[in-house]
Amino acid sequence: MIFTNLRRHRVRTLIGMVGIALGVATMLSVVGLLGGAVRMFERILRNDSELLVFEKNVSDLFFSNVPVELAQKLREQSFVKAARPVLFAIIAAPGRPVVTCFGISADDPRFDGADWISGGAGDFRDDARGVVLGERAADFLNAKVGGTVTLGQEDWPVVGVVRMENGFENGGVFMPLAECQRAFHKDGVCSVVTVALADGAKTSEVKDWVSANFPRMTALENEEFSRSYSQFRIMKTTAWVVGGCAFLLGGLSVTNTMILSVFGRIRELAIARVCGFSRGQVAWMIFGESILISLMGIAAGWLLSSAGLRVLREVPQLQGYIEPTVGWVELAGAAALAMITALAGTLYPAWVAARLDPASALRFE
Amino acid sequence: MKTDETKPALHVIVRDAWKSFDRGRIEVLRGISIEVAHGEVVALLGSSGCGKSTLLNVISGLEPVESGEVLVDGRVVGDESTRIGLLRHHIGYVFQLHHLMPDLTLRENCLVPVVAARGDRNAGIKRLNKLAIATGIDHRLGQRVRELSGGERQRGALVRALINDPRLLLCDEPTGALDESNREKVFGLLLDLARAGGRTLIIATHDPAIAERCDRMIRIRDGKIAGEGVGS
Repeated sequence: MIFTNLRRHRVRTLIGMVGIALGVATMLSVVGLLGGAVRMFERILRNDSELLVFEKNVSDLFFSNVPVELAQKLREQSFVKAARPVLFAIIAAPGRPVVTCFGISADDPRFDGADWISGGAGDFRDDARGVVLGERAADFLNAKVGGTVTLGQEDWPVVGVVRMENGFENGGVFMPLAECQRAFHKDGVCSVVTVALADGAKTSEVKDWVSANFPRMTALENEEFSRSYSQFRIMKTTAWVVGGCAFLLGGLSVTNTMILSVFGRIRELAIARVCGFSRGQVAWMIFGESILISLMGIAAGWLLSSAGLRVLREVPQLQGYIEPTVGWVELAGAAALAMITALAGTLYPAWVAARLDPASALRFE
Repeated sequence: MKTDETKPALHVIVRDAWKSFDRGRIEVLRGISIEVAHGEVVALLGSSGCGKSTLLNVISGLEPVESGEVLVDGRVVGDESTRIGLLRHHIGYVFQLHHLMPDLTLRENCLVPVVAARGDRNAGIKRLNKLAIATGIDHRLGQRVRELSGGERQRGALVRALINDPRLLLCDEPTGALDESNREKVFGLLLDLARAGGRTLIIATHDPAIAERCDRMIRIRDGKIAGEGVGS
């Protein structure tokens, strides 16, 4: 009966399915896009490390001030293989109000295995002013090795252009840490210290050490950081809220479809009751239709979002900035939300159908 | 048409049944009492609005009585589970309008009670084929209802009512919407299927000619028994 009902009301079924599909597609796309952006940020921060040390209670890492001394002392500990300070900053360039700057040390592993377009890792030195540009930054700043680039109030010699996989880095400027600190009036401090553990060392050793020696700082494992960093949380929450709103619309579409479905066949439902259908069977029939519509909508929405994200991945301007992918967790979450929304939206129509008085319905229909 | 020998025809008793609508302003059944024996064919004869349809609804449990008692095969018709059990296995209902689902095929329509009763679909299809041959609609089973003539639709409704081999058949003006030729065919079929199957048949009609062909006719006027007679 459920399949038959859906088959014989194809338009109605399609409308309900499209509503759910759009909800699922919107949610998966938004979650995929923002999740991809978060992953790219995470990759910048991780930088071949297991832990991040930053200032407690800062809403954004740009406001974090970690003494570089912390990195120096950490490096002396037996449980630490490497501790590298990184300073994040934003600077203006002619025609570009926002350029991301990375103040790093010359031994920073993000240049390891990088694709150098001109210059090389050896040209980037801690004791010099020379900056390395990401390929895209070199392009929009119209700069090349041997020339200079104007950043803020100063001209900076360009010593290398490198193609980075990460879009934020590819569009950014790498400065020697000391020069970056000077330019941004951050003497002696950095935004984060990335910590790589020595073999066999535990993350708790770093955490305890930081907590004991620099109580205003905190050390978090990369996973912990991703979960707790407010910016990431805002992005992830935004994704689910926007997706949730899309679901409300999708759910309303299913509700509307199912209400129309019930009120449009009062006589049929009455006949079904006369033929021996119980209230439960009638309600299940309505719920079953809703579940099937939702399942089809979820499948269609998944295909739609996969196709949309695939297209976005091919857009050159977005490459490197986001890695839009939909994981099983996101798919399961969206599917669960779709199902809950659809079932909630079907409660009223199913209740109406189950409460139907067949004799009255046949008398007046 | 062979029937299930283990299922005897049903005995119906209605005792002092009262039923009203519009919060008691319209009294439809006013203390009506009837008894229909096993395998008996009874006509409820009366003009429109006299309470015939309501009496059938009350017997099937589709509408509860306000006072009085209805017993089908000794069971009090009242609660939902009794009503569902009766409608699934023991009572077949035929209306003046066929009330088939227009977008379904005739076959799908006729199998609705099998689905409701959670019966064996294959056994249902076998019964359907036999009934369809007996009623002459076997060649139309794959057609959608809107593609059928009025007579075919009503014969389809009859097959649907009989698909679970009910022992009590309630018919509300089953030939009322048919032309004379189809009226005779459908009513003849109904009588044959009821009598051959040993079913109890209660038929509401305003047509004395039809009532006279039943074992007994009960005249209803203003929700009361106005008289009884013996048919042909």
